[in-house]
Amino acid sequence: MSELNLLKSLDYSVLQQCMHCGMCLPTCPTYDETKFERSSPRGRIRLMREVADGRLGVTSTFAEEMSYCLGCLACQTACPAGVDYATLLENARGEVERQHVVGGTARRLFRWSTLSFLFRRPRLLRAFGRAMWLYQRSGLQSGLRRLGVMKLLPKQLRLMEAMTPTVVVPFSNARIAPLETPKSPANYRVALLTGCVQDLLYGPINRATADVLLANGCEVVTPSVQFCCGSLHAHNGELKLARDLARRNLDLYDVDELDAIISNAGGCGSHLKKYAELLHADERYHARAGAWDRKVRDVSEWLVQIGCRVPATASSSDAQGRTIATTVTYDASCHLMHGQRVVAQPLALLQMIPGLRLVPLVESDWCCGSAGVYSITQPEQSAKLLARKLDHITATGASVLASGNPGCLLQLENGMRGDPRFAHVRVCHPVELLAEAYRRESGGYDG
Amino acid sequence: MTPTVAPLAEELAQQLGAERVLTAPEDLAVYAYDGTAALRQNPACVVFPLTTHEVAACVQIARRHRAPIVTRGSGTGLSGGSVPMEGALVVCLNRMDRIIELDPRNLTIEVEAGVVTQTIDEAAGKHGLFYPPDPGSRKISTIGGNVAENSGGLRGLKYGVTRDYVMGLEAVLASGEIVWLGNKCVKDVAGYNLRDLFIGSEGTLGIVTRVLLKLVPQPQSRMTMLASFASLEAAGDTVSDIIAAKIIPCTLEFLDQQTIRCVEDFTQVGLPTEAAAVLIMETDGHPLVVAEEAAAMAAIASARGAISVRTAADDVEANKLLTARRSAFSALARVRPTTILEDVTVPRSELAGMVAFIAASAAKHGLQIGTFGHMGDGNLHPTFLTDERNADEMHRVELSLGEIVDRTLAVGGTITGEHGVGLAKKPYLRQQLGDHSYQLLKLVKRALDPEGLLNPGKIFE
Repeated sequence: MSELNLLKSLDYSVLQQCMHCGMCLPTCPTYDETKFERSSPRGRIRLMREVADGRLGVTSTFAEEMSYCLGCLACQTACPAGVDYATLLENARGEVERQHVVGGTARRLFRWSTLSFLFRRPRLLRAFGRAMWLYQRSGLQSGLRRLGVMKLLPKQLRLMEAMTPTVVVPFSNARIAPLETPKSPANYRVALLTGCVQDLLYGPINRATADVLLANGCEVVTPSVQFCCGSLHAHNGELKLARDLARRNLDLYDVDELDAIISNAGGCGSHLKKYAELLHADERYHARAGAWDRKVRDVSEWLVQIGCRVPATASSSDAQGRTIATTVTYDASCHLMHGQRVVAQPLALLQMIPGLRLVPLVESDWCCGSAGVYSITQPEQSAKLLARKLDHITATGASVLASGNPGCLLQLENGMRGDPRFAHVRVCHPVELLAEAYRRESGGYDG
Repeated sequence: MTPTVAPLAEELAQQLGAERVLTAPEDLAVYAYDGTAALRQNPACVVFPLTTHEVAACVQIARRHRAPIVTRGSGTGLSGGSVPMEGALVVCLNRMDRIIELDPRNLTIEVEAGVVTQTIDEAAGKHGLFYPPDPGSRKISTIGGNVAENSGGLRGLKYGVTRDYVMGLEAVLASGEIVWLGNKCVKDVAGYNLRDLFIGSEGTLGIVTRVLLKLVPQPQSRMTMLASFASLEAAGDTVSDIIAAKIIPCTLEFLDQQTIRCVEDFTQVGLPTEAAAVLIMETDGHPLVVAEEAAAMAAIASARGAISVRTAADDVEANKLLTARRSAFSALARVRPTTILEDVTVPRSELAGMVAFIAASAAKHGLQIGTFGHMGDGNLHPTFLTDERNADEMHRVELSLGEIVDRTLAVGGTITGEHGVGLAKKPYLRQQLGDHSYQLLKLVKRALDPEGLLNPGKIFE
């Protein structure tokens, strides 16, 4: 342990900011579940302060509680005192890792292979993705599953295997050219961040994002090989790796030449907007990180900011000439809503799409249990939250569920698979619906 | 005889099951506080009973082990009422959260102590009724805590406080016996009114486990307004004039500039950050009366030089304004590390003078004080924005606080309008009550809890 304790070296005023009023309690899914104070934001902050004050060591119970936290940041929205819980949690998790409190060879191997290896090497990640695609497409996966080979795996791996998402090819670099220009003269020049999970599993969302940006007069710069933003690392206590990735991203773009840096993944965006804080001690990068932070926008945030063009009314009607309205409901990505405070913009986009009727989703501000790698690290609690979410979605009667983060989309798709209530429910990103509406205008193919 | 901790927890675990008895250091540390700043003391054990009989069993066990008992709900109290003392057993009632009965024929609701205040109002709402007391923490505070502290809220002016709605309650005494005090009758003079003795007793006389509450019909309409002023005096005079005009609005809330800026920073509801003060005024009831009262209040504000008077367009905007006001205390924590909230209350005729006195005291001692409060009922919340780690500044806070208390009592006020004495206001109670009344309080305590088992050291030594 060469460095200082992360919680002890943290600016103490961040910890002191919490005056334990308790306003966060009703918004915390884990407190709601256990009703134990230590599973609440206020309780966790107190535990961190106990560690910072030297009254408590970084125990396995401390580590468990930090892991049990979803990091959904609903408490940040609720907090009148403005506590920066995200930073506190990242440092607490960082300290847990630094002190090697939680052991296990499998956990270490999993963390190493993902955080330290795959998610730091974009080309390798794509190669891995391609291998997964082959494995899934060749029938090998279903074959092995039929043979029951998976039963031989340890429980956690078996759970993970069952959740293996389907890789969608081609990846974003084959769908989006490095520079695409709108038909009309460009008013803005923006960079499009294609993400890691988004790139491997949701390439069409990246294409749709480029399309809606082009339709709104933006020239779109999309480097074919991009680095992970590092959110996965920061949220899981690997702050050093996160800093390294942030620097690589800053090196890849000429921020001064861009009007905005566009993310379409709530979780990534939430982290991307905090590079300056992450690199606060880095003299070389700190100023650039500040400029970067000021230009990062969620795609919905940017479109509303520049005055998104309303798609022309669709001609879709039934035989009697009545307009067919598709009902859509929106589930807020926690990191988009609570992390980035982008609340109204995705709804505004959905509301401007002709032929779409938006129905409210109860508890759309409540986590679905995806929360990064939470479905793997805390499968039980994740499943409870997923079930709760699915019940609310069923109650809306909507045929389309839109959400602005790949983790949430993946979690919801996993939950809906094989559930007859959702046989005809489509899960997608709001920009996909918007892109389709623009396509319908020009009589193009309606995806 | 000093029994060790382990047997207490063991005996509780035998009675309730180990999963509802906490003794790990990580658990004790998070029950060391409530919503009050700068108070912290770990308990010896935390227990989660599910029934009144389990509470009684906990009391018996604690008594055998001579462990003091601190009752807790959600831990949002603002005077240290549920902060433990050394060796204490925390009896946490947040899992006793059943609504027992809503009786629409008698307009009552019976609930367990751990039911959240807002949940009661929502349940009442389904029957066209409502539960008026609305403390700032209503989204998470429990009714048991509200009764123990006799909580107020934003509607106290017209609708009164928790006491005005408690028709009956069940309590576990220090002996472990269970009593029911009160009933559904509107009139009842059988014997001493002991029910009222338990309301606001801050967990020192018994553990409230069940409450029977009065509900009232929902008002047909309401109107909410925001008036901004260039001076504190103009806002204070507006309140005095409204009361003198014999208007009893449902809400008359005051925020000074410091508070306005912090709240606006958090809520972004469009409060005027350049104004010296704002008043949030709400009237409810029959639509005709509401319109008339709203117009009269707006006219009074304008006559007193209000910069602007804005009327909320709809319920959504009205609720935003009220929610913004409820966040005032916590939002003030944005400014400095430690936020010390006071609760002095004065007769309404003394309001303007009191607000000016607080501002002068802050200036004199070089302190930052944000003041907000329930102007309509004379209840002010001067809030010191300070740093508990700065000994010199904390000393000046004490001096200023002493002055504010002296002045409050000199004009016939009280040291606490709605937060309770607990630990935070304990040093000033005797000054307010005088020796005889103070001794009378202690006499009552000794009669009900001779061993000093229940929340000892709160209210008085």
